Amino acid sequence: MAYPTANEHDNALRLQTPLGRVRGLGSAKNGTHHWYMQRVTSIALLPLTLWFAFSLAGLAGAPYERVAAWAARPLNATLLVLTIAISFHHTAAGMQVVLEDYIRPDSRRRLAILAVQGSCLVLAVLGVLSVLRLAL
Amino acid sequence: MSGLDSAGKRVRRPLSPHLQSYDMFQMTSLLSILNRATGVAWTIGLALMVWWLAALAAGPGPFATAASWAGSWLGLLVLFGMTAAAWYHTFAGLRHLMWDAGYGYDIPTTYRTGWITVFATAAFTVLTWVVVAVAWAGRA
Repeated sequence: MAYPTANEHDNALRLQTPLGRVRGLGSAKNGTHHWYMQRVTSIALLPLTLWFAFSLAGLAGAPYERVAAWAARPLNATLLVLTIAISFHHTAAGMQVVLEDYIRPDSRRRLAILAVQGSCLVLAVLGVLSVLRLAL
Repeated sequence: MSGLDSAGKRVRRPLSPHLQSYDMFQMTSLLSILNRATGVAWTIGLALMVWWLAALAAGPGPFATAASWAGSWLGLLVLFGMTAAAWYHTFAGLRHLMWDAGYGYDIPTTYRTGWITVFATAAFTVLTWVVVAVAWAGRA
């Protein structure tokens, strides 16, 4: 007689529906999205960080007019907005993990995460509007 | 540690070993802790970056205030620290992406990539501040 294969045996023990397994989103309904977005934003930040750090270093001691003109150039303004948006997304995601690790009880942890996300949103909007004001 | 089970009942959960049960100053753990610390430090760094941009958008007066802070000894110290933290987090992040792709888990490779991260951080921090010094000297 044929014994069940390891895979069939595994499936027989599963309490998860086949559809749930295919979607792979787990009980929190977002699967690996948070983890995945942290990686995607980190890859995007590699060239942006290089550009931002060396651009800023090159502006050391520059007068107001020159710095404002630099930020107003379309390519620089675009990269600045992207740097701000992606950095704050990455920071909010990273800080969330840190807070999840260290803050107890659950109520205070949720509050701390919301506070960080809210602060990140406010600062990101302020940063983007500042760049737009210079560029437009 | 207490928590709630799926029925909302209070249960005691097992605790994983905490900081004091590890040797925190092995290269592996130290670099891991530094990656998190530099990430958290850059939360402050981003706030400073937005402050600088907002001052720039507000006009010459506010920009001069921000620039004088940045040019003070404390400001330069913070900026230097932020530069090192940025490069460290960048190279440690690259190392994490390598691990995510499934490479470099054996101990010799872990130590080699660890040292590469440390030296690359030092090199890029120095390089960035050489650019700062050249730009500054060119305007003085």
